[in-house]
Amino acid sequence: MSILEYNGASIVAMKGKNCVAIAADKRLGIRFQTVSCDFQKIFPMGKKLFIGLPGLATDVQTFANELKFHTNLYNLSESREISPKVFLSMVSNFLYQRRFGPYFIEPVIAGLDPKTDEPFIASTDLIGCPMVTDDFVVAGTCLEQLYGMCETLYKPDMQPDELFECISQSLLNAQDRDAYSGWGGVVYVIEPNKITKRELKARMD
Amino acid sequence: MSERYSFSLTTFSPSGKLVQIEYAIAAVAAGAPSIGIKSKTGVVLAAEKKTKSILYDDTTITKMEMITKHCGMTYSGMGPDFRLLVRNARKIAQQYFMKYNEEIPVSQLVQRVANVMQEYTHSGGVRPFGVSLLVAGFDQETPYLVQCDPSGAYFAWKATAMGKNHVNGKTFLEKRYNADLELEDAVHTAILTLKEGFEGQMTEDNIEIGICTGDGFRKLNRTEIKDYLAALN
Repeated sequence: MSILEYNGASIVAMKGKNCVAIAADKRLGIRFQTVSCDFQKIFPMGKKLFIGLPGLATDVQTFANELKFHTNLYNLSESREISPKVFLSMVSNFLYQRRFGPYFIEPVIAGLDPKTDEPFIASTDLIGCPMVTDDFVVAGTCLEQLYGMCETLYKPDMQPDELFECISQSLLNAQDRDAYSGWGGVVYVIEPNKITKRELKARMD
Repeated sequence: MSERYSFSLTTFSPSGKLVQIEYAIAAVAAGAPSIGIKSKTGVVLAAEKKTKSILYDDTTITKMEMITKHCGMTYSGMGPDFRLLVRNARKIAQQYFMKYNEEIPVSQLVQRVANVMQEYTHSGGVRPFGVSLLVAGFDQETPYLVQCDPSGAYFAWKATAMGKNHVNGKTFLEKRYNADLELEDAVHTAILTLKEGFEGQMTEDNIEIGICTGDGFRKLNRTEIKDYLAALN
């Protein structure tokens, strides 16, 4: 069994019209034994920038801290917010630098450009190969199920509330078919002047 | 063995000055003049490259260097020191690009080059740089003109002169400069400023001009400089 599936997680990000959403489940497990059902997997990295980190929980927290440290440093020295594109190459570089002893995580990035508010979503693998898409990105232990749901439900140019419905349904129905993830969910909808965080109730079994 | 004695050259004098830095600034003030002028649409750098003998092949001497597509620099002071800083600056710019996949902002580049210069004022076994840099850049629709001194201090200018005759040059620029200068006028003004106190005939062979606009940094070739000089007479 892969170490990437040790704790279990599922994360999805979607692009809408002038908005993006990112959602994750809340389970932390040790294999099939559930330990917590309120585990943070999505981390804010800027005013309109979030990163979701599925994978080995210890690496999730270490890497989130390291990224926060470097984005803070960037914001201070350049006296501006980091853009999602630049953030992606930063993440990608950190992971690739450690490719022979990688962090066991597969990051998902969602955000709006701080200047233009252009939506941006991307993901990388554990050694930092970036993938930028125009519709949705998924990662985690129920990646296949998420792909199936997203391919069925996604349509371009959704409004924020529509996007929320779509991403929530995708996440809930995918994680119900995966024993490693689930136990509630959390959704962030990022709009140019508003960020909405909503907690999802889900099957607790 | 030698590193045992490699304490810093720059030690405070009792009056609180770092004389080595003042000597370095004196070396800059004795160096060949260079001018920078910022206009709304771009930045002009101009430098004198007079040779001591007519036997030099002056096509091989360059004082104006491109750092990135949108940034270039020139100097007053010691040529070899400039070469080292150019190499450093290019490396800094490429490292930034490798890390962030974005061109380095001029402010960041200047800050990092200035840090290198500052380090040479308190490191062991080294002396401060004998150059002041004049950096021209253009990023996010904004022109930049920044001077970097041997002490590591840096300041942004609308227009400035460095090197020999820099006091006269600055006075001249103060009279000539206005905020809505066009790029073409800025080139003319730069040449005129250089002409103040220029000994002998100014030709396309003994000056260099670089311009930095939204399209990037480029050096004017000899025919272009010749045309500008002809337009002045």
